Amino acid sequence: MSEKPEHFIDENGIRLDGRRVDEIRPMKIEIGVLSRADGSCYLEWGNNKILAAVYGPRELHPRRLQRPNEAFVRYRYNMAAFSVEDRIRPGPSRRSTEISKVSGEAFEPVIMIQYYPGAVIDVMTEVLQADAGTRTAAINAATLALADAGIPMKGLVAACAVGKVDGQLVLDLNKPEDNYGDADLPIAMTQDGEITLLQMDGHLTPEEFKAALEMAKKGCEQIFEIQREALMSRYGDIEVVPVAEKEEKDSEESVDVLEEQGEKVENLDEEELTDEEIVEPEAESDSEDSEESTTNAETEEDEGEKDEQ
Amino acid sequence: MDRKIVFPGQFLSEKASDAGNGTYVKHGKVYSLFYGVANFKNKVSVVPFSGRYFPHVRDHVIGKVIEVTSSNWIFDIMSPYDGLLHVSEYPRRLDSSMMKKTMDIGDCAILRVKDVSAFMKVELTMRGHDLRILRMGRIIEVQPSKVPRIIGHSGSMVSILKRETNCDIFIGQNGRIWINGKDSDMEHLIEAIRMIENESHTSGLTDRVGHFLKGDEEDLGEAELVEGEFEGVEDEVLDMEEDLLCPDEIGYTEDACRKMDVLLDDERQ
Repeated sequence: MSEKPEHFIDENGIRLDGRRVDEIRPMKIEIGVLSRADGSCYLEWGNNKILAAVYGPRELHPRRLQRPNEAFVRYRYNMAAFSVEDRIRPGPSRRSTEISKVSGEAFEPVIMIQYYPGAVIDVMTEVLQADAGTRTAAINAATLALADAGIPMKGLVAACAVGKVDGQLVLDLNKPEDNYGDADLPIAMTQDGEITLLQMDGHLTPEEFKAALEMAKKGCEQIFEIQREALMSRYGDIEVVPVAEKEEKDSEESVDVLEEQGEKVENLDEEELTDEEIVEPEAESDSEDSEESTTNAETEEDEGEKDEQ
Repeated sequence: MDRKIVFPGQFLSEKASDAGNGTYVKHGKVYSLFYGVANFKNKVSVVPFSGRYFPHVRDHVIGKVIEVTSSNWIFDIMSPYDGLLHVSEYPRRLDSSMMKKTMDIGDCAILRVKDVSAFMKVELTMRGHDLRILRMGRIIEVQPSKVPRIIGHSGSMVSILKRETNCDIFIGQNGRIWINGKDSDMEHLIEAIRMIENESHTSGLTDRVGHFLKGDEEDLGEAELVEGEFEGVEDEVLDMEEDLLCPDEIGYTEDACRKMDVLLDDERQ
């Protein structure tokens, strides 16, 4: 462990890691990294490395936890044994149980749990490398994993911490600031600014607390922007993809664009043909007893299949 | 452009009356519920990129037996809730001692959702045309939200797939697809389906799939004439395809297409 530094902020207002007081650490996001999970996200925030996975909605066991009218969100925050310098004992601890509980509750107002009565949505976040602010980083990753899993949500959740060092408020604490600072205030909020998680460690005056809230809000807005970008860039633009695809084909098969277009038209003709064919039986079934004609069609198919067999 | 990628909570419209599937209304404004593609035709609706199948009455699904009890088969239908098939819903009268011989764990069948209760008890039936145990072929799994895309507008996509690969196809609403044909044809078909799944958010997909399936054998030389007409025609196709993103319509169109596919097959024979 490093010693406590003399000053956290130098005379130019620059912090130990070169940031200004209202600046968050650089964030790197990758969505859909786990193939077996319904949704997943890998997030790096400064030196924090978090992996989040979402499973479900799926059947909830043990059954006594089932809620008859809504889904249960089971959030798990866990630090890997190797995530910090001194190996931490694996398995749930007092700290991780508490963080799991409050982080799960941070998603309560946004997830449409009433759509899936009796089911469970499992959110699992693993801290692979810890460097202060892991619970906020885990929430940011979990939001994106939930979106990736196709869970209906009213909005995204972003989280970020504000702390006090050298008697000054700073956004998004790093490890030394967290260890030796005077206060740590992690906050999670929805896009509307509704606060869904607020914890505090240390001391702040009421005025400082208000100012800290404002800072956290600005920090969360930056994070929303990063989250949005990550979601938007994953599938690319609707229009861009087919063009890029065409170019690829061109280079591979050295087919000239004109010819390709020509072929498309050909395909189209056939499509129209199918449409025509489709209309006829519909019209017939309308004029006759519709059910009868359907059964006929189906038995015909059955016979055809038997023949094949 | 009236389609775009949206994230949960994205503002979509000022008018509460515009709210369609996959959206919610707050303070008279419409927002997205999902990470997916929003479609701004008539009403605003959002189709998610992924998500589990949610059972609806009258859907055709492909289930896999996970348990056999004294009077029920329990099916995995790729949804949060398991499906129950009672012996009395099997087409023939069956003694409970015969149940395991008829369908054992791991067997698959085409089923219809008969009823979904408020507590999400999903009752299935095998009484009905087209419903049967699947003894051959292969089953592949796709995202349930991509199913309308694989069927295509009034079955256009599925007809192309059938015609070009000579395979039998049955698409369950729950994202399981049964295919049967020659091994090489099935490989080709699976590739095509994966392509649809990966590019489902893009326009003009039916054409590209058709091209992809023909790709290898086709003589590309002959069709260079119609350059001018091309753009207009493509627009029409786009319009058609946008329609099919609305999940509301699936229930009917899919049933309809199945019937049509049968008729098309007959004509070919």
